[in-house]
Amino acid sequence: MWSRFARQWDYQLMILPSLAFIIVFSYIPMWGVMVAFKEYNLFTGFNASRWVGLEHFRIFFESPEFWNIMRNTLAISLLKLLVGFPAPIILALMLNEVRNMAFKRIVQTVTYIPHFISWVVVSGLIFSMLAVDNGPVNDVMQKFSLIRDPINWLSIPEYFWGILVSVGVWKEVGFGSIVYLAAIASIDPALYEAAAMDGANRFKQIFLITIPSISPVIIIFLILGVGNILNAGFEDILLMTKNLSNGIVMPYAEVIDTYVYQMGIHNQRFSYATAAGLFKSVLSVILLFIANGIARRLGKASLW
Amino acid sequence: MKLNFSDKVLQVIIYLCLAVLTFLTFYPFWNSLAISFNVGSDTSLGGITFWPRSFTLENYQIVFKEKLIFHAYGVTIARTVIGTVVSMFFTSLFAYGLSQRGIVFKKGYMILCVITMYFSGGIIPYFILIYNLHLFDTFTFLIIHGMVNVYNMIIFRTFFQELPTGLEEAARIDGCSNFGVFFRIVLPISGPVMATLGLFTAVGLWNDWFYPAVFISSQELIPLQTLLVQIVNSGATKVLIENLNTYAQSAVQDSITVKALQMATMMIATLPILLIYPFLQKYFVKGAMVGSMKE
Repeated sequence: MWSRFARQWDYQLMILPSLAFIIVFSYIPMWGVMVAFKEYNLFTGFNASRWVGLEHFRIFFESPEFWNIMRNTLAISLLKLLVGFPAPIILALMLNEVRNMAFKRIVQTVTYIPHFISWVVVSGLIFSMLAVDNGPVNDVMQKFSLIRDPINWLSIPEYFWGILVSVGVWKEVGFGSIVYLAAIASIDPALYEAAAMDGANRFKQIFLITIPSISPVIIIFLILGVGNILNAGFEDILLMTKNLSNGIVMPYAEVIDTYVYQMGIHNQRFSYATAAGLFKSVLSVILLFIANGIARRLGKASLW
Repeated sequence: MKLNFSDKVLQVIIYLCLAVLTFLTFYPFWNSLAISFNVGSDTSLGGITFWPRSFTLENYQIVFKEKLIFHAYGVTIARTVIGTVVSMFFTSLFAYGLSQRGIVFKKGYMILCVITMYFSGGIIPYFILIYNLHLFDTFTFLIIHGMVNVYNMIIFRTFFQELPTGLEEAARIDGCSNFGVFFRIVLPISGPVMATLGLFTAVGLWNDWFYPAVFISSQELIPLQTLLVQIVNSGATKVLIENLNTYAQSAVQDSITVKALQMATMMIATLPILLIYPFLQKYFVKGAMVGSMKE
């Protein structure tokens, strides 16, 4: 084996730098989660800091914020799954019915764009759209007498989830539809002809042919979605709460990821924040396995 | 195909929904563009929708005169160009090595790679690592953060495995080394996949604001998107806002407002993407497909 290794030294040399990179920048941090079981700070270093076992996990579970954070995390991501998951499927189904190719192209071109725009700019656009002074949303609602005075949308905690989820859909719906459109394009046209012969109208054909035909793709993405259920959002929440400084909405906006960031980076409580993050990772992996197990049992599709 | 009455109703509803969606996507960009070209004091009177009411280039002039913004723009361009080239270089070389038959430890290498797609240590251990490697607050960090991307490696590898072997063999017979084959034969015919992955890498680097916000502390290394966060969250007590306010007060007839400058900065941060997008749309769409077929 080693003589073969020596003969292919040039290929091994191509692999070496990137492999070293992955080991340093991915595997050392994975091993670094051990700080969750220590009392770590940047100056004493890893080896010198003492072990505290599950102490940080206990503090996290018993902290007054814990249940609130869990509620926000689950509520936001369930809402995102509930609205954000079907939205691109519906868009793809609608685009598939469009006969006018120019119109279809315009819709696709425009709706794909927000995916490539940074969250920073998107948040800037949202602040401008929802502004109290001359914000278009307030203007239009006032014009139609839906509201009397302009509303400060981003300062009302109860609206935060709704705004966050809507913005997420706005940004990703178009780009998300591409995969489903491709799946739809591979459906045998003969199926539609047969259905039309049997007297099914377009609306029925969508439910009897299109949706069943793309269901394997839908299920794969649903599994991934469930595995992601603890990723309620991060960049979007940071930016829409102005780097977590909008205190009024924080009781509705704090999720595990933002809490880890706040505790670890802002407050430099490295061990505590790592413990909270590790709790989330472990839970995510378990959820992914459960979702995949269910999908496999149903005999539909599997990630593995 | 003939449409009966119910089909026609369905068509009308669908066209309507799609038109509304397209408008809702398009309008925030267009409105902000209009505001960025409008005199600030006039904007605050309200009523700017599709077109500037009193056109001006003043907002952009001030934004480009502001040294911090100009400098941050340079950082972003440098990071995007260098970062993309470096990332594509190492990732494709890695993938080419792993695409060869009979590589010792190949299976182990692949497992090491795939694990990183599902597990990570999280931000805090990464922060500690960067700090201990003295990469904190360096331009090197901006380049090497996310340099080797396992997704991209797998896509490159699949592409290389499907290449016909004849060309490579011929080059080898002509005395080309394996590195020579990669650089002279394989890379030149990898155009489409290189373009797609390079584009996504570049857009990712261009748009990244979070990692510089955490790992960069010197103002002269802050890229544009990170600076933009400071500008949009005008509550931030940064020099820049003071500068902008000074401009706003000293400008002729008090016509400049912070909002107008925010919009102009947002536009210059977005325009490069919007401008290349129509020409490269096919690669952007391809990227969505390869991303979903990574398995």
